[in-house]
Amino acid sequence: MIAAAPGISELALAGLLILLNAGLSMLLQLGLARQLLVAAARAVVQLLLVGLLLRTVFQLNSPWLVAAVLVAMFASASYEILSRQERRFGGWWRVGIGSGTTMLATLFVTGFALLTLRPEPWFSPQVVVPLAGIVLGNVMNGVSISLNAFNTSLVRERAAIEARLALGATRYEALKATQRSALRSGMIPIINQMSAAGIVTLPGMMTGQILAGMSPLDAAKYQILILLLLSGGAGLGALATTVVAVWRSTDERDRLRLDRLESR
Amino acid sequence: MLQTTALSRLNVGPIDLSLEAGQCLSLMGASGAGKSVLLRMIADLDPHEGDAALDGLPCSAMPAPAWRRQVTYVAADSGWWDPYVGAHFPAGTDFPTLLPTVGIAAEAAAWPVSRLSTGERQRLSLLRALRAGTRVLLLDEPTSGLDVESVARVEHLLREQLARGLAILMVTHDPAQARRLASRHLELAAGRVRTVTP
Repeated sequence: MIAAAPGISELALAGLLILLNAGLSMLLQLGLARQLLVAAARAVVQLLLVGLLLRTVFQLNSPWLVAAVLVAMFASASYEILSRQERRFGGWWRVGIGSGTTMLATLFVTGFALLTLRPEPWFSPQVVVPLAGIVLGNVMNGVSISLNAFNTSLVRERAAIEARLALGATRYEALKATQRSALRSGMIPIINQMSAAGIVTLPGMMTGQILAGMSPLDAAKYQILILLLLSGGAGLGALATTVVAVWRSTDERDRLRLDRLESR
Repeated sequence: MLQTTALSRLNVGPIDLSLEAGQCLSLMGASGAGKSVLLRMIADLDPHEGDAALDGLPCSAMPAPAWRRQVTYVAADSGWWDPYVGAHFPAGTDFPTLLPTVGIAAEAAAWPVSRLSTGERQRLSLLRALRAGTRVLLLDEPTSGLDVESVARVEHLLREQLARGLAILMVTHDPAQARRLASRHLELAAGRVRTVTP
C-alpha cells in the first residue's frame, strides 16, 4: 500500500494538535503558546518554500543551480556555527575554523556517497541536495559542539596547559587532553543517534520512506547508509576542526595564544 | 650562564640580565609592575622582542620545549592537568621520597590533586619543576601564603639546588627572604630593572 502525500485537509488536522498544545499552555499559564505558534508557522512556511524551490531546482536539473543551493546551505550553516561559539577566534579564522572544516568534511562525505550511489547524472539534484543537506546538518553539529568545547576548556584549563608547556611539553602534547575531550563532545550526538536507531525511535528519514511506501528493509538500508555517512562526516569535521584549532590557538614557539580568542 | 638581551613585551623592557650557575637573583616590584611578564618572557611563554641565551646558545635557535626544559618557569598559581598527583611527575622518578623535603607526606604521591591544599600544590609545583635537565628556575612568588615552617623548608630546598649549580630568578614580596636567598637584588619599576638593596 502506498499512502498518498498528505493534502491540505490532513495537514490542517495535524495543525489542530498545535492549537490544542497552545490552548493547554494558555490554560496552565506556561507562556509557551506564542512561541509554539510562531515556531509551527515558521516550519510550515520554511518547508513549503523549500519544497517549491527544490521542485524548480529538480526540474531545471542544472549543475550550477545545484552548486548555488549548496553555497546557500553552507552560508547558513556558517552563520549557525558562528552564533554557537561563546569564544571565537579573531579575524578571518572566525570563519575559517568551523565553517571551512564543515565545508570540507561535507563535500568529502557527499562526494564519497555520490561515488557509491552513482546517480545519473552525477549532479542529480534529487540526490545531491538532500544528501548534502543531511550531511551538512550533522557535520555542523559535530563541528560547532567540539569547537565550542575546545575554546571554552582552553580558557578554563589555561593554568594546566601552561604548566605543561613551561615544563617542556610541545603544544600538541599540552593540548592533547583538551582536543580529545572536545572531539568526544562533538561525536556524542551521532553516537547516540546510531545506538538508539530503531530501538528508541525509528529515524525520521526511515519513517518518511516507509510512509511513502518503500519496503521497510530497503528503508532500513538507506537509513544505515545515511547514518554511516553522518558519523563519518561528523567525525571528520570535528577532527579537522580541533586540529586547526590546536594549531591556531598556539604558535610555532609552542606558546598558548589566548590573545587570538575573543569572547562575545 | 643565562643572559637576556633587550627582552621586551608590552610596557616591560628592554631588559638585559645575566645570571650565573649557583646564583640566586631576587626580583621585587609593585603588583602589576610586570614581574611575571618578565619571567614568562625569559621562558619564552609569550611573544616578545629580544632574546635570551643559555651558555651562549640563544633560545630562538632551539625548539621552545628544549629551552623550557632547561629554563623552567613556575607560575604563582599552579596548574594540574591530571586528577592524580603522580601523573605530574615523569615516570620512573622517585619523587615520593622527595615530598617530605617540602613538608608533604610521601603517601600524597598517590592522592588526587583535589585533596591537596593551595600551599601544598604550590610546593609540589616547585618540586615538579626540579628535573634532571633543569638549569635555571624562574620562580613566581614560590612561598607566598605559606606558613613559616614551610617557607623554611622551601628555602632549604632552594639552597640545596643552588649548591648543585642551579640558577634561580625569584619574584618575592619579602625583602627578608630576598636577603636570605639572593646574592643580587633587582627591582622592576616603570618597565626597567635596577639593582637595589632590600
